[in-house]
Amino acid sequence: MSTIKSLDELKKIRAQMKSATELREKGQDIEKLVQVKVSMGTCGIVAGARETLDGLMEEVKSRGIDNVVFTQTGCMGYCHSEPTVEITLPGQDPVVFGDVSGNRISEIVERYIVEGELVDGVIPVAYKTIHE
Amino acid sequence: MTDVKMHVLVCGGTGCMSSKSQEIIDNFRRCLEERRMDQEVKVIVSGCFGFCEKGPIVKIAPDNTFYVQVTPEDVEEIVEEHIVKGRKVPRLLYVDPKTSEHISDSKHMDFYKKQMRVALRNCGFIDPENIDEYIARDGYMALGTILETMTPAEVIDKVKSSGLRGRGGGGFPTGLKWEFASRYSSEQGKYVICNADEGDPGAFMDRSILEGDPHSIVEAMSICGYAIGADKGLVYIRAEYPLAVKRLRGAIESARSTGLLGKDILGSEFSFDIDIRYGAGAFVCGEETALIHSMEGERGEPTSKPPFPAEKGFWGKPSNVNNVETFANVPAIFLKGPDWFSSIGTEKSPGTKVFALAGKVNNVGLVEVPMGTTLREVIFDIGGGIRGGKRFKAVQTGGPSGGCLTEKDLDTPIDFDNLLAAGSMMGSGGMIVMDETDCMPAVAKFYLEFTVEESCGKCTPCRVGNKRLLEILEKITEGKGTMEDLKILKDLSGVIKDTSLCGLGQTAPNPILSTLDKFWDEYVAHVEEHRCPSGKCRKLISYRIDPDLCRGCTMCARKCPADAISGSVKEIHVIDQDKCVKCGACMDTCKFGAISKI
Ligand SMILES: Cc1cc2nc3c(=O)[nH]c(=O)nc-3n(C[C@H](O)[C@H](O)[C@H](O)COP(=O)(O)O)c2cc1C
Ligand code: SF4
Ligand code: SF4
Ligand code: FES
Ligand code: FES
Repeated sequence: MSTIKSLDELKKIRAQMKSATELREKGQDIEKLVQVKVSMGTCGIVAGARETLDGLMEEVKSRGIDNVVFTQTGCMGYCHSEPTVEITLPGQDPVVFGDVSGNRISEIVERYIVEGELVDGVIPVAYKTIHE
Repeated sequence: MTDVKMHVLVCGGTGCMSSKSQEIIDNFRRCLEERRMDQEVKVIVSGCFGFCEKGPIVKIAPDNTFYVQVTPEDVEEIVEEHIVKGRKVPRLLYVDPKTSEHISDSKHMDFYKKQMRVALRNCGFIDPENIDEYIARDGYMALGTILETMTPAEVIDKVKSSGLRGRGGGGFPTGLKWEFASRYSSEQGKYVICNADEGDPGAFMDRSILEGDPHSIVEAMSICGYAIGADKGLVYIRAEYPLAVKRLRGAIESARSTGLLGKDILGSEFSFDIDIRYGAGAFVCGEETALIHSMEGERGEPTSKPPFPAEKGFWGKPSNVNNVETFANVPAIFLKGPDWFSSIGTEKSPGTKVFALAGKVNNVGLVEVPMGTTLREVIFDIGGGIRGGKRFKAVQTGGPSGGCLTEKDLDTPIDFDNLLAAGSMMGSGGMIVMDETDCMPAVAKFYLEFTVEESCGKCTPCRVGNKRLLEILEKITEGKGTMEDLKILKDLSGVIKDTSLCGLGQTAPNPILSTLDKFWDEYVAHVEEHRCPSGKCRKLISYRIDPDLCRGCTMCARKCPADAISGSVKEIHVIDQDKCVKCGACMDTCKFGAISKI
C-alpha cells in the first residue's frame, strides 16, 4: 500500500477496505439479514446456478442493498426446477424459488427481497417437513 | 465474478498453532483450490478466540459457525459439507457441558455470552498480519482524529475522564501517569514503553493481544507519544513469545511503510517510531525499573522509586510505561468516547478486564468481562462450573502477588478495589480455580517456589526470607511442621512485605497470608494431625486395601507401577507402604471398592 498522508485519505481507504471484514461483521447478527442460498449441486450448476448466483449478487449490489448475504448449498432436491434459490427474510421462514434465471432474478430481488411480497414460482416447501 | 461469499477463520494463536492449525490452514487452501472455490471463499488466519482449550478453532462467516477441536483431517469434510453443500458438521460443534447440546454459534455459547470484548475486540476477528483489515475496523482512526483535532492536553484529559486504570497489576490511573510524563521536558528525548513481559504464570492476555491485534498497540503507543511529547516507542517483550514478536514486528513495518509510523504521521507535524527490545523472560523484569535496566543492557534488577520512570526512565530520560492490555483499550476510548468507556464496569474501575481462566473449570481460556462481573458469573456461567462435578473450593487471583478467595467471596463484583478488600488482588488477570481436591498449603508452596526462583536476589528479605518461607511450607506439606512454624510463617511474611525493595518481594508472601487466613484449619490438620484433608500431599496419605472387601482379583497388583502390591489369586492383597509411590492407580482399578485413600 502506498503511504497515507491525511485523515481523509485514511477514511477513504477504510471505506474501500470495509468489504474485507464485512461478511464477518454481518455474521455477528445473521438473523437480522436476508440470507440467500443458491443450490449448487451438479444439476444446479448445469442449469445455470452460477449465473444465477452472480446475477443475484450483481442485482443486489447495483441497488445498493447491503443487508443480504449469499451462500451456496448442495442439491436441495428440486432438480426439476433448477436453478433453485432459498431466501430467508429476517424473522421469517425460508422460501424456495424455482427456475430462477433471466428476468426472474431482478423480479425476485425487487419484489421479494426489497418489498417482501411473494413472487410466482415458489416451490411448496417440502423442505420444511424434512427438518421437522 | 470473484465476490467473496464466505470467510473461513482459522485460529493462528500460539495455542491453536501448537495443535496443528497451520496444517489446517494449508488443507483449507488446498481443498478450496481443488474445487476452484478459492476466489469465493477466503481463508483468514486470525488471532486467538480465547477458547484455546477447545482449539484449534475454525469459524465460518457469515453463518457464524464455530467449530472446535478441528484436526487437519476434518478439513475435507468441512469443505465438502459446510462450504459446498451448506450443511454444518455437527460432530465438530461445541457441546454444552451442562445440557449436552451441540451449539453452532459462539454467540449462544455460555463461554461467550457474558463476555464483552474491548481489549480483545479484534482478536479472532481480523487477520493480524493485514493492516487493511485493521483499518477496516476503524484502525488508526483514533490516531488520525487526534492528530487533526486535539491538543496533547486534550488527549490526556480524555484518558483521565475515561477512568482507565493500568491493567499491568497495580491499577494506576493511566491518564494521570501520562500527565506526569508530559510535564517533564523532552529536549533530550522521551520514551513510550510498552511492558509486554507478562511474567505471571498462567497469564497470556498480553501475548494474545500482540498476536491477534498488534496494530492496536502500535496505534495506542503513538497516541501516548503524541500526548506526552515523545517521539520514540519501545516494546519490551520476552523472547519466548516468537509469534507475538513476529506479528508485532510485521505490524510496525507495515505501519511504517503506510506512513502511520515515522515522520510527519498523516500529514501532521508529529513523528513517532517504535522499536522492539527482547527480554529473557524473568518475572522481575516486568517490574518497571528492572525492565528499564534490562533494556539498557544492565542486570534486570529493580531500583527504588522515586525517581519514577516518568522523571528518570530509559537512559535517564522521562519515560512512560504501560502494559499491553492498558494500551489495547486506548484506541477504543477515542473511537467510542470516554463516556462510553466509563459507563462500562464499576465506578472506580471502569471498562473491562481480561482474565486467563484456568484450573478446575469446564471452560478454560481467555475471557474479557466488564469490571463488576462477579466471580460466580466468571467461574460458573462463563467457566461452566467445576470440572467433574466436584465442589468449588477457592479461586486464586492476581498470580503470585495475589491471594485465594473462597465460597463466601463468590458474589464479589470483580474490580481493583473489591478484590483488594476481599484479601486478594487483580494483578494481571490470572484466575485459577480450585476444587475440593486441592490442598491450600500446597498451593501456597507452588507460588512460593515460583517467587523464590524468580527473586533477583538483590535484597535479603526477599532472597533469604522467601526461601525460609518455602522451607517451612515444605515441612508442613510433609507433615513435619509445628504450630510454631505457622506463627513464623505469619511473622516472617510481614517482615518480608515491609522490607523488600520491589513489588516481587513485597507481595511474595500474599498467597501464604491469604491461605493462612482462610484455610487455617487445613494448616492445623497438616501440623497437628499430620493429615492432608484434601488428600493431595503425597507424604501424608496412604492407600490401604480393606481385607473384607478384597476378592483377590489381582487387578491392582498388575496395575501398580511400583510393584508395591503383593498377594496371589483369590488371596487378600496387601500394599507395601515403603514401595508405594501413591499414584492412586490401584484405587481406580479395583472393581470392588476395596482400596481407599487415608
Ligand atoms: C515483580 C513485578 C512484576 C511485574 N510484571 C509485570 C508484567 O509482566 N507486565 C506488566 O505490564 N507489568 C508488570 N508489573 C507492573 C509494572 O511494574 C508496571 O506497574 C506496569 O507495567 C505499568 O503499566 P500499567 O500502568 O499500564 O499497568 C510488574 C511489577 C512487579 C513488581
Ligand atoms: S524484592 Fe526480591 S525481586 Fe525485588 S529487588 Fe528485592 S530481591 Fe529483587
Ligand atoms: S498408589 Fe500407586 S504405587 Fe501405591 S500401591 Fe497403588 S498403584 Fe502401587
Ligand atoms: S490460540 Fe486459538 S483460541 Fe486461543
Ligand atoms: S485385587 Fe485386591 S481388591 Fe481387587
